[in-house]
Amino acid sequence: MHITAAVIVRDGVIVKDEAVIYRSSEEGGTFIKAAYEELEMDYPRFYKMDLLSKTGTVAVDVLLRDHAGFEACRPETAGMVLSNRNASIEADVQYLEASKAYPSPALFVYTLPNIVIGEISIRYRFKGENAFFVSDAFDADWIHWYVTDLMQRNLLKVCICGWIDVLEEQLDACLFLVEPAPAQTGTAFTVENLCSIYNKNYGK
Amino acid sequence: MENKQELIHRLKEQIIKQLKLENKRPEDIGDHDPLFVDGLGLDSIDALELIVLLQQEYNIKLRSAEEGQDVFRSIDTMADYILEHSA
Repeated sequence: MHITAAVIVRDGVIVKDEAVIYRSSEEGGTFIKAAYEELEMDYPRFYKMDLLSKTGTVAVDVLLRDHAGFEACRPETAGMVLSNRNASIEADVQYLEASKAYPSPALFVYTLPNIVIGEISIRYRFKGENAFFVSDAFDADWIHWYVTDLMQRNLLKVCICGWIDVLEEQLDACLFLVEPAPAQTGTAFTVENLCSIYNKNYGK
Repeated sequence: MENKQELIHRLKEQIIKQLKLENKRPEDIGDHDPLFVDGLGLDSIDALELIVLLQQEYNIKLRSAEEGQDVFRSIDTMADYILEHSA
């Protein structure tokens, strides 16, 4: 299995495979909205999302750009395994605040972290296995074991996995595209390589 | 009470804000355009937000979910319902 693409969204930059795709001094929601517009993504549903889902949607858009292999696979065999530290805390607090006047159904639907997987699946019509885990830090061992198991049992042909966290307008995402066949530009899907890519720093 | 055209314009502004339709302007929404699916493309969560909007801004509660299908057909039908049920 190989990591055929990787995206980092952190510290005011969006990086794909070590190339800076977007950089800005803006932060949080302003940063991700500006990136959405700069990258000319045409997906009006984006504006309705919470910050976690917006970050995931932009990250996956960059991850899958010009990646024909992913589009060719059956929806049932495309899946996601994501994780973070703070679950959906930003949306939880927003909903709580809004509820003092009127509870907002549109805010309520984002009060679970796995909704980011749902939003991405709606956009790309993924129907394969998915899971969202909450842990203190990026657990490369667990992600590697879980994704490997899904792919070795042929439940998935391709998988987007990694870390996506939002707290107090600070975005931290590192997503990997994992595929079974060796690719010319691919990196072996190992715990060491997951950690190495995750720990790279492209900040200001 | 404002006239129907003023109400329609205000409703469009409120819907754009409440439903976060940031890529839309009031003039992009036809008075008789369907709000769901082929028209404005709203979904079931948006329908719930419209119910909240009616309560919050106009103090109007829908009597039943079935009633919503007629009320939320277009901006025009929403305005008629508000005018009919405003105190």
